[in-house]
Amino acid sequence: MTNAISDIEQAEVILVTGSNTTEMHPVIAACIKRAVRRNHARLIVVDPRKIGLTFYAERWLRPRPGTDVAWINSIMHVILRDGLENKPFIAERTEGFDALGPLLAAYSPERVQKMTGIKSQDIEHAAHMYARASRATILYAMGITQHTSGTDNVKALANLAMLCGHVGVPGAGVNPLRGQNNVQGACDMGALPDVFSGYQPVADEVTRTRMAQAWGVEELPQRPGKTLMEIMEGAGSGDIRALFIMGENPMLSDPDLHHVASCLGHLEFLVVQDIFLTETAKLADVVLPGASFAEKDGTFTNTERRAQRVRQAIPPIQGCRPDWKILCDLASRLGVPMSYETPRAVMDEIASVTPSYAGISYRRIGKKGIQWPCLATDHPGTPYLHKGRFARGKGRFHPVDYAPPPEVPDTDYPLYLSTGRVLYHWHTGTMTRRTRGLVECAPECEVEISPKDADIHDIRDGDPVQITSRRGRITAKARITEKAVPGMIFVPFHFAEAAVNELTLRDVDPVAKIPGIKVCAVKLQKAG
Amino acid sequence: MIKKITTPDDLIRIKKQTRTFEKVPEKGVHVAVGMNTCGMASGAKETMAAFRESLAYYDLDAKVFRTGCAGMCFYEPLVDVFLPGQPRITYKGLSCDGVSRVVEDHILGGQVVENWVLAQTVVGDKRLPGIPTYDEIPYCRGQHKIVLARCGHIDPEDIYQYIAMDGYAASAKALEMDPEQVIDTIRRSGLRGRGGAGFPTGLKWQFVREAKGHPKYIICNADEGDPGAFMDRSILEGDPHAVLEGMLIAAYAVGATRGYIYVRAEYPLAVERLRKAIQQACDLGLLGPNIFGSDFSFDIRLKLGAGAFVCGEETALIASIEGKRGMPHPRPPFPAQNGLWGKPTNINNVETYANVAPIISNGAEWYAAIGTPDSRGTKVFCVTGKIKHSGLIEVPMGTSLRKIVYDIGGGITAGRAFKAVQTGGPSGGVLPEALLDLGVGYKELAEAGSIMGSGGMVVMDENTCMADVARYFLSFTRSESCGKCTPCREGLTRLYEILDRICKGNGHADDLDRLESLATTIKDTALCGLGLSAPNPVLTVLKYFREEIEAHIFEQRCPAGVCPDLVWYRINADRCSGCGQCRRACPVEAIVGRPKVPHEIDRMKCVKCGTCLEVCPPRFHAVECVSGQVADEPQAVSSER
Amino acid sequence: MAKTISLTINGKRITTVPGTTILMAARQVGIRIPTLCYHPRLSATGSCRVCMVEVRGRPTLMPSCTTTVEDGMEVVTANDRVLEARRLIVQLLLASGNHNCLTCQSNGACELQKLAYDLGIEALAFPARSSGYPRDDSNAMIERDPDKCILCSRCVRACQEVQVNEVLDFGYRGRRSKIVTAWDLPYAESDCVFCGECVSVCPTGALTEKQAKFQGRPWELKKVRTTCPYCGTGCQLDLNVRDGRVVKVTSDTLHGPPNYGSLCVKGRFGYDFIHHPDRLTAPLVRHKEGFRKASWDEALDLVASRFSQIKQSYGADALAGLSSARCTNEENYLFQKLMRTAIGTNNIDHCARL
Repeated sequence: MTNAISDIEQAEVILVTGSNTTEMHPVIAACIKRAVRRNHARLIVVDPRKIGLTFYAERWLRPRPGTDVAWINSIMHVILRDGLENKPFIAERTEGFDALGPLLAAYSPERVQKMTGIKSQDIEHAAHMYARASRATILYAMGITQHTSGTDNVKALANLAMLCGHVGVPGAGVNPLRGQNNVQGACDMGALPDVFSGYQPVADEVTRTRMAQAWGVEELPQRPGKTLMEIMEGAGSGDIRALFIMGENPMLSDPDLHHVASCLGHLEFLVVQDIFLTETAKLADVVLPGASFAEKDGTFTNTERRAQRVRQAIPPIQGCRPDWKILCDLASRLGVPMSYETPRAVMDEIASVTPSYAGISYRRIGKKGIQWPCLATDHPGTPYLHKGRFARGKGRFHPVDYAPPPEVPDTDYPLYLSTGRVLYHWHTGTMTRRTRGLVECAPECEVEISPKDADIHDIRDGDPVQITSRRGRITAKARITEKAVPGMIFVPFHFAEAAVNELTLRDVDPVAKIPGIKVCAVKLQKAG
Repeated sequence: MIKKITTPDDLIRIKKQTRTFEKVPEKGVHVAVGMNTCGMASGAKETMAAFRESLAYYDLDAKVFRTGCAGMCFYEPLVDVFLPGQPRITYKGLSCDGVSRVVEDHILGGQVVENWVLAQTVVGDKRLPGIPTYDEIPYCRGQHKIVLARCGHIDPEDIYQYIAMDGYAASAKALEMDPEQVIDTIRRSGLRGRGGAGFPTGLKWQFVREAKGHPKYIICNADEGDPGAFMDRSILEGDPHAVLEGMLIAAYAVGATRGYIYVRAEYPLAVERLRKAIQQACDLGLLGPNIFGSDFSFDIRLKLGAGAFVCGEETALIASIEGKRGMPHPRPPFPAQNGLWGKPTNINNVETYANVAPIISNGAEWYAAIGTPDSRGTKVFCVTGKIKHSGLIEVPMGTSLRKIVYDIGGGITAGRAFKAVQTGGPSGGVLPEALLDLGVGYKELAEAGSIMGSGGMVVMDENTCMADVARYFLSFTRSESCGKCTPCREGLTRLYEILDRICKGNGHADDLDRLESLATTIKDTALCGLGLSAPNPVLTVLKYFREEIEAHIFEQRCPAGVCPDLVWYRINADRCSGCGQCRRACPVEAIVGRPKVPHEIDRMKCVKCGTCLEVCPPRFHAVECVSGQVADEPQAVSSER
Repeated sequence: MAKTISLTINGKRITTVPGTTILMAARQVGIRIPTLCYHPRLSATGSCRVCMVEVRGRPTLMPSCTTTVEDGMEVVTANDRVLEARRLIVQLLLASGNHNCLTCQSNGACELQKLAYDLGIEALAFPARSSGYPRDDSNAMIERDPDKCILCSRCVRACQEVQVNEVLDFGYRGRRSKIVTAWDLPYAESDCVFCGECVSVCPTGALTEKQAKFQGRPWELKKVRTTCPYCGTGCQLDLNVRDGRVVKVTSDTLHGPPNYGSLCVKGRFGYDFIHHPDRLTAPLVRHKEGFRKASWDEALDLVASRFSQIKQSYGADALAGLSSARCTNEENYLFQKLMRTAIGTNNIDHCARL
């Protein structure tokens, strides 16, 4: 997030898109709802589903899945047409603005209504709300990024924020809500193929030399590695022979599971380190039992870039070892001794080699955490980014054009399928499906179907239904609800017995290599 | 399209043109039937229909008017007959059976029908002998009608009749004054809120005017919830425009643009008449944009309450209008600062608003000259209970309770003795005979331990048990408590429980202290007016009728012979002739005895229903209801309850 | 309006800013006024009437939590009148429902219990009277016992003002009053999303974590502050531990950002997995169609030797690692360090893209 979570309550207008916040980030959703109810903030929700937040929204814009660039461009079209752009901000703080106007000309609300299904007057209204606000924030999540156009979607949102100058001040910004507890931290720490910790590029020789020195090795690989989807493909093609998976469950979370299974099956050696025997661990050659968050010390970095402490509350369950210890043991066996006494010592090393974490230590994290960039031990941390100037100097407009998703409904597969999570479960369900209260609330996989589609397919609430895509078929229980819109069904991906990722597409965004899980075409029929 | 009223001259023109039943009929006859809820409950609808039918049958040139309640609910249906050249005659209790006689004898024959005649209103100098004028009727003598002046004299569903009796003239006058002048007039008049607390109205308006915030709101509290109180209903049914006009003037004075009337849904007739009145006022431009051609715009909406007593409390009422549960919140902040939707809000009750137009028309000094220094003007009361003339009265402040009970109310029914009067609704205090000379006023009543409230007045006779009375009122307030604050929610129930066990003869010696400390603490700590006043009946009963409570506790005796657990029935063998009436009537066969031989009551079987007492022929007077500790030597209390 | 206001509380002169409540002003100078319905994160409703104080010139006692200070005000927080009223109010609450501390999960953490003790209440002044409402046992997470509810409405306000779920409100009237969901349905059938905010603010044992019942008294629990393992919000929470087991999750407004004491259903109730019998308790090595348990040394040696072998045969880039968005920063750091140094490849990624 460019801004802090608490900033949301200072916003005058809040635009939420591609985030079912009340279920995915309930505590952040509470901030939004408080802003609306207490501070009379005005909420715009853009989402194909009638998600919980629409109840609090002044306007709910309902796009067809995968048409995000179109409506975002159209909002900008209206802003430019009506002269509502923040001219001083554009002049002082940005570059590349001139290219934007010509591209947006084609995105009139009337035309975009046809492309997206959003009423033109709603686009106009939302544009005026957002542009005229003194402080407006954009919140988004995987509904924006998990598309083949994911990068373009984010760029378009960034363009919109810069166009109105809603960046670099409190109560504003472009704010991705990260889905997993430490996905921010995993990126920050360099668990990525092209960067070391703190996003220092591996391709940069100076950095590489410095890191090699710090780590006491002679040299480090210089070519950026493969991304997750490429690693999977590589496993399938034989480029990758051995894979070490720590605390991930691609056999449920990744798109097109039949393909994933076949790729993993090609590996010569698979090691999985986890706390349960997950669907992925079942395929492993060696399974190493790690420790849960309650059994170890460390830090997580949340979606607002706040590094916070994880503290050991109980000893590791008999037989398990904290993951950091396992890694140390393994590294030592592989000839690179790692003899950290505690995670605190690891953090000290992180700070010493990572500029954005340079000022972070367990002592400073204390009770309130600390938001990076934190450049020195006396740096206070950074509640919001791009204050006064953008990280790269001037903010660059990246005009993007709309491209339809790779698969849209047709006569054979007439419905959109979207996937995601439900309130009571989390990701692949390894933890939540082992918690009684949560299982009681959401015992099984339920397909959200609109009353209209249920009618067309002669499906009643609670019926088992079969969902088929070009890649696979699953069976789940029908839940007929107004939350779903006609022409689109929604299936959560927590449930191994109805693993919706057997149906999804593995086409990826060309830049970020994120698979476009959020849209594909399926057909629906009553099962049995 | 109706022409809008834009100048005072328009009002005068309408006044001239409009026919009311009190204007001397140019030809033919005027008949007016009281058509408030009280009248209709007594059959006024049928009476009116009978008149129309009969007048049509004789093909008479007649106009039948509908009017509101003139206050004498005990005489309904009330009918006025007005023939040219004759005094106006008022008939009481005229059911449809009597209509043909009135038409034939009076309207056709010129002979007043004495069976039903109540009074005459002299027009010119022609007076009929043997029929009193209103002023000569004790019920009317001593009353001073300002608020009720038009009730029973105009058709409440016809705005023109209101205008014909100078309606909306005060608005026209007010709109030519500065808002500050209007407030000053109200302030100098000494008008205080008629809803209960008696806050000076002018001061409240001033607070709202000075409060920051926009828009501002006006609310009329018409959520009359006191059992036995119907002042607001009668005004709304009988003269709705008086309330609208008061709100209009208040809105102008405080700078409000929107008004709400919060009225109980249980008042369907009042609601209907208000709807019509608002519509008519809008049609004539007396509500809506640019009233009287000025910059001032004001409209009024109705909000129906669902019958929660607590919604009469202003903060709860506001919550209810906002669509929330009707629960009070602590004041300050007062609605004048932070009211409806968080905006400055003026809230007064029906009677307060009805006082406004007369004050503007007649001036502050005129009003201030009525009543007492502390409580100016008049007050409307609903007098009910064991009193001969129960109904609606309006008296100058300071009028004594004795005058209200005996002169206006006609004294106690069935020749029994007065015991107590409760003022101010279910949370008012109960005042004994010794205080009958107390003049009604905010200060006087408060000092006696009671309240003015909205004007309920319940008269009790000697056959009333004061422990039972206190318990009764507590049973009401405790179930109407909203449940928010501890002392009211829990405390009132505990008061009720203690009173209940006292009534059942299970009182403890320290219950008097417990009642006292609990009631005092509730009065000291409750959140809103409901809780703060609910202990009043208990405290006044303890103060004025302590011995009676002590008799319940220490002697297991109910001196009034009311509490079923403390009384029993017996047959006086000396007086019983063995007629068998009681034996045959007893529902549980508790009475045994052979014919012509004195009967006996089996106390094990007796359920104390009192049937035997009722059926025992008065010439024998053999059944006695007794209460006391010693079964063998029971003390007779009353044999006729 | 004056910039500062000066008043006296218990004879002590205090200068404060307009808008301050008597309660806050008193706290500023260390005068403690007991409260029950008051909660720092919620709007003040002045409903319990425990914090009543005497203000000179006012006919009744005033609630200190909602009454704002005025210039020249003279406040007394504890004299006979005030203490008598306070005692009676607590007595009324103690007798409403069934406050049996002996068996109550909140024994030792109950604010009503503490208040009664502080006010020197030894015996009930009124016979205890049950509300007559049954317990809400409809779900595995939150237990509601109307007989321990004192209708302070903290839960209502927490639900409406903090989480803005707008599920709870008052129902019925008078002594029949009850905190209800719409149509007075049990939690499980209502719109409740089990965030547990209501439980976290309940001063008595009316709302409790069901699974924590009989797992430890408040004073037996050790609270360990940590970060929630679910979504990216990073809520701060306390693991409540007894005898090496996590028996409850709570949080605290004072923990500050990002959640200021709020949690969601997963954070508050999703901890069963820690002690779940399915947990792996030994390294597993593939054996025929399944696995066999192995010692740590055996397993780690096997991994190291196979990795080395494959690296030797196909080069470092034939190996890859998927790190974890669930693991700590330190572990992710070590993972990439291991892959880059010990293996010598940049084939590292994690599920950020999922």
